[in-house]
Amino acid sequence: MQDDAAQNQTLLGADELVLNMGPQHPSTHGVLRVKLKLDGERVRGTECVIGYLHRGVEKIAENRSYQQFAPYVDRMDYVAAVSNGLGYCEAVEKLLNVEAPPRAKVIRTIMTELQRIASHLIWLGTHALDIGALTPLFYCLREREEILKIFEKYCGARLTTHAFRIGGLQYEAYDSFEKDVERFCKDFERRIQEYVDLLTGNSIWIGRTRNVGVLSAEECIALGASGPVLRASGVKWDLRKAQPYAAYDQYKFEIPVGTNGDTYDRYMVRMEEMRQSRLICLQAIENIPAGPIMGKVGKVLKPPAGEIYHSIEAPKGILGYYIVSDGTTQPYRVRIRPPSFINLQALDKMARGHLVADVVAIIGTLDIVLGEVDR
Amino acid sequence: MSPTLQAVLAFVQTWWVELVSGVVIVAVVPLVAGYIVLMERKLMADMQARLGPMRVGPHGLLQPIADAVKLLIKEDIIPDNADKVVFWIAPVVSMTAALTSMGAIAFGPAFQVARDINVGLLFVIGVSSLGIFGIVLGGWASNSHYSIMGALRSTAQLVSYETAAGLALVSGLLLAGTLKIRAIVDAQQHFGVWFVFLAPVAFFIYVVASIAETNRAPFDLPEAESELVAGYMTEYSGFRWALYFLGEYANMIVVGAVATTLFLGGWLRPFPNVRWMNWLDALPALFTAAVGAYCVYRAGKQPVRVQTWFMWGVALACFVVALILAVPLLVAPLKFLVPGLHGAFWFLLKISAYIYLFMWLRFTLPRYRFDQLMHLGWYILIPLAIVNVLAVGVAMILEMEYGWNRWLAMLLTTVITLATALFLLRLNDKRAAAASSAAPPPEEPSTEDSYAG
Repeated sequence: MQDDAAQNQTLLGADELVLNMGPQHPSTHGVLRVKLKLDGERVRGTECVIGYLHRGVEKIAENRSYQQFAPYVDRMDYVAAVSNGLGYCEAVEKLLNVEAPPRAKVIRTIMTELQRIASHLIWLGTHALDIGALTPLFYCLREREEILKIFEKYCGARLTTHAFRIGGLQYEAYDSFEKDVERFCKDFERRIQEYVDLLTGNSIWIGRTRNVGVLSAEECIALGASGPVLRASGVKWDLRKAQPYAAYDQYKFEIPVGTNGDTYDRYMVRMEEMRQSRLICLQAIENIPAGPIMGKVGKVLKPPAGEIYHSIEAPKGILGYYIVSDGTTQPYRVRIRPPSFINLQALDKMARGHLVADVVAIIGTLDIVLGEVDR
Repeated sequence: MSPTLQAVLAFVQTWWVELVSGVVIVAVVPLVAGYIVLMERKLMADMQARLGPMRVGPHGLLQPIADAVKLLIKEDIIPDNADKVVFWIAPVVSMTAALTSMGAIAFGPAFQVARDINVGLLFVIGVSSLGIFGIVLGGWASNSHYSIMGALRSTAQLVSYETAAGLALVSGLLLAGTLKIRAIVDAQQHFGVWFVFLAPVAFFIYVVASIAETNRAPFDLPEAESELVAGYMTEYSGFRWALYFLGEYANMIVVGAVATTLFLGGWLRPFPNVRWMNWLDALPALFTAAVGAYCVYRAGKQPVRVQTWFMWGVALACFVVALILAVPLLVAPLKFLVPGLHGAFWFLLKISAYIYLFMWLRFTLPRYRFDQLMHLGWYILIPLAIVNVLAVGVAMILEMEYGWNRWLAMLLTTVITLATALFLLRLNDKRAAAASSAAPPPEEPSTEDSYAG
């Protein structure tokens, strides 16, 4: 008891204040609950309480056939459903030892990159809103709407798209697909400048993000952080280059990296990633190969017994699927490595010693989606 | 007649102007505040590529009334652990302070709210500062962590920025030489120039400090939605919440009125003493007529007939106001009405412009962090305000004792103050850089030493 009391003593000699942030809070990005130990406004420790959105996605997989489970993965990271679907489809394809035809691969790449832009737009808007800038959110949603329209035209759904099938695609690209993507990409260059004008040089924005939530490269690797969080700390690791999947090996793009690993660097990395995704889309629509869109897979999928791990670079980081097959039509076990869940571990390290306002900025900069954290 | 009744009658006879103004303020300000909110939402929508309220009335023109009704009939929740009495009183204190401080303001030469007291400006600032008690008490009485943190932030913020705002006002008051609202405006007419041109730095400091005082973005930390949910208002709902909200918007009107009175020439039109600029007198009538014409133009485009009628009604009201503003200009016997009517128009226009500036900043800028807010207040604004007071004083001595040209003296002191501002900013940057680079080990001693041995 006495030890506890001594531990709880702070600089001012007062007890620590435990502030319960969430699960109902405007800026914990869903139902994250963070217990903040505060000394005045200074954060002495954080403790994440997760699981408010747990639906047992991995367990559901064991009672569904491989095709039936595909739509469920869309519900994990629901602002990047297409990327989740790509990861799952490719993992099962790897297990079945089939490959999607080139045309399907290219269309998948375009869709996934559009989804990356959409996901980053949501991140940018909400992150800016957390830091107090009201307007970027609406600009971001306006651009995201264009992407969602393309998705809707392609497969009829906007959010949880289930756009891809195991073995390829169900839908052929609609007639003006290339034109729509091109128009979006042409517009987007000008639009992204608007966010840059609003935020990048703004001294309040810089003051709020520079040196906030610094993560060194070693810390990132130790924590298993991936995606823009890792790259902002200066580690040039992107699965699209490191272990190319889909059609990424055909396109030229840069991997932006930061130097300080602070919130501002993560902002800059994600902004540059959006520009690069735009370039990938522009390259891809230049030359979409003709041919079938579905590989040779049967109506009933019975992969050979065995296990497979496949990971892709989702907008939020490395998204991995570990699937164990026992030779039946249903997976024996599916384990998902969600980037948000693992990136969220960095919160305590990043937030300690900062102020309450910074915690909000740090949660925003980690770009978590609770659907994916809790699964 | 009983002595009690007589006493009451005597009281009413002495104070009837104040009583009537009180009733008018309480009746009118909530409505005005509601429409400021609507204006804010519409402007925000415009800047964010959306429409804003469109459902209640044409273009959402009846939205404030719907909101008020909704808030009135909402369930009134008082948390179990709250200090009930203080919880009750706090929003009333906040709003009362804001509304009372309006008493000494004059919305034009003919529209003195209650009384032109000899310490008018001091009264306004003093009473409106009392509003902080409502915030602190409300935050404390809620018995919630978010509330108390919002209240503490608010206190610290108000104390810091009230100082800067007060010092900025002192610079203006040195020029005016009086605290009487009407006399301040008369002084600007006498000088032939708005004080904002004589003391621009003071005006700038007042703008920044008054944004902070009214808890508006980028200084809206006490109610920072993304951090503290709603700060000191977190536990409030329904009409009590509306009282806080009302107090905040009433405060915006008050700081707008103070800034307009002291720096923006009050109810004087631009170039009040320049004879060939007299055509500006036609502007108020033309402006309102133009608004009316636009309403007529929009009336035809309304989807519902009721809305068309409503728009025609608004247009008619605008035309009537335009007529009222125009007739005294044209009809010689009514000429004596011009200063009063047009004064009110200009005054309201300037307040609107001031509030528009607040809103514009809110939509554009991210929020400061608490320590940054404090640094801005104590390291930059307050020293700058002190230097500015000194500079304005020196300029006035140069003018009055040594016969310098007024503009030359003011220009000189403004340059000095701006140089100070640059110096303070540089200092602040250095301090910030030092703070951020404190972690890495200290640098090697200079190279001279290494050759010494």
